[in-house]
Amino acid sequence: MKLIELTKILRSKNAGPLYITFDLMFDSREKMQTALCSLNKSVVAKAYNVDENSVEIIPYEIVNSIKITFPRKNVSGSLFDDDVYGCQQHMPLANIEI
Amino acid sequence: MKIVSLCGLLGYGYSEEALEVAFSEHVDYVGVDAGSTDPGPYYLGSGKSFTDRNAVKRDLSLALPKALEHKAPFIIGSAGGAGAKAHTDWLLDIIREIAKEKNLSFKMGVIYSDVDKEYVLEKLNSGKIINMSESFPLTEKMVSDSERIVSQIGVAPIIKLLEQKVDVIVSGRACDTAIYAAPCVFNGYKEGLAFHMAKIMECGAMCAEPVAAADVMQSYMYDDYFELRPASPKRKCSAERTAAHTMYEQTNPYMIYEPDGEINIKDAKFEQIDERTVRISGATFTPAKEKTLKLEGVKKVGYRTICVGGIFDPLTIKNFDYIEKTVKDFVASAVTCGSEDYTLNFRKYGGAESNFCVVIDAVGKTQDIADTVCSLARSRTLHCDYVGRKSSAGNVAFPFSPSDVHVGEVYEFSVFHLAKVDNLEETVKVAIEEV
Repeated sequence: MKLIELTKILRSKNAGPLYITFDLMFDSREKMQTALCSLNKSVVAKAYNVDENSVEIIPYEIVNSIKITFPRKNVSGSLFDDDVYGCQQHMPLANIEI
Repeated sequence: MKIVSLCGLLGYGYSEEALEVAFSEHVDYVGVDAGSTDPGPYYLGSGKSFTDRNAVKRDLSLALPKALEHKAPFIIGSAGGAGAKAHTDWLLDIIREIAKEKNLSFKMGVIYSDVDKEYVLEKLNSGKIINMSESFPLTEKMVSDSERIVSQIGVAPIIKLLEQKVDVIVSGRACDTAIYAAPCVFNGYKEGLAFHMAKIMECGAMCAEPVAAADVMQSYMYDDYFELRPASPKRKCSAERTAAHTMYEQTNPYMIYEPDGEINIKDAKFEQIDERTVRISGATFTPAKEKTLKLEGVKKVGYRTICVGGIFDPLTIKNFDYIEKTVKDFVASAVTCGSEDYTLNFRKYGGAESNFCVVIDAVGKTQDIADTVCSLARSRTLHCDYVGRKSSAGNVAFPFSPSDVHVGEVYEFSVFHLAKVDNLEETVKVAIEEV
């Protein structure tokens, strides 16, 4: 199953021009736990071709969510950036097999 | 105490009906965030707003008379989008125009938060700069290349103006939360609650259902909690959505970092108290051991010319990597400037069999160089031969004539760093005027 099939919301957005942040929301604690079992820094780093040590994965239990944050490869609006707001960067994460 | 947030961004609009509802009971403060770094570095560099003047004027024209009538100080943060002096003055001009047209008079406080390069260099050389990301360390050259640098102010300068009983506060670049937290801190409410409320309110009704950055939000402050209810009767706040919104655009869902300190929302409670209202409590505030201001600066890196084209022939699409390489080599051999004077980037969209879009993106040291690079790349892409080509009249469908478009000046972020400060107001210049 792909990660996106388990989520209710799966979005990406700038957290300032240097970071990209992902919010994954689930409609139950079980689904959130299932996702957490297959998500780790190395899997995310591989999906985005970034340094594993720069990836942060933080469960946010109040609303059965997971937040993932890492530095952007290209700073927002720089010459080779292709998503200034960072709101269309979620597909590599969405397609992770769990 | 009741605070009204007009919308998530001044100039994005809100419903007039919702505004009427919000002002059908007494309002103590009105706020609106007018800026963001989301639209990228261009706006700070060019001194232009990313919002439209007519739309900004509309949003202000409706709300300003009501705020004055209720004697509710009207606080606008990050004026003109990027919040430098050029942007702030642009917004002040709109406000003065409205005052004249509607025959309004009021006391207005203006906060400028621009910093000069010497200030930043001094911070850098005395070890008072903190990098936000390891991959983006500050150097002297990045500072000296900067076109404009602003600082994000916290609550302190706004509180000072509230003490002076101004009716309208227009601030240059400000933390989004400062707009709404300042009146609460000024009135003695707990900082943890004040900043948590402000973090949600700065997006307007984006935490509501149906979601809308472009609508009015209301907060009610109490000693140990605050309540949120959207003004529009068509929208409601749910505990879940409000909790979810707390983590929006944050690197960490449990912590909100501000110049004055950290807000920890780990123990926050979100309770549904009626169908449209959420009660929130529990956020705590820890004053910063070391006070910091966030600095934002941009540098000019050139001028851009682009050309948009469509490709519908699967064989051309299949050969596009070859075409791209051939074109880049050709341009390199044909230009009279050096290779360091331009960049040529093919931005490709689609990839389906017969639905492919290419944007030829040329950035040159001058607009003239960008034009030449784009023109050479466009004509060569159009006529580039490849093995098995049948469509030998042309490879690209141009939707427009002229095909090449000036995008103009190109900027990149050069400063996005924290500066350790002794005084959170050290970058601020304040002016008060009777309008």
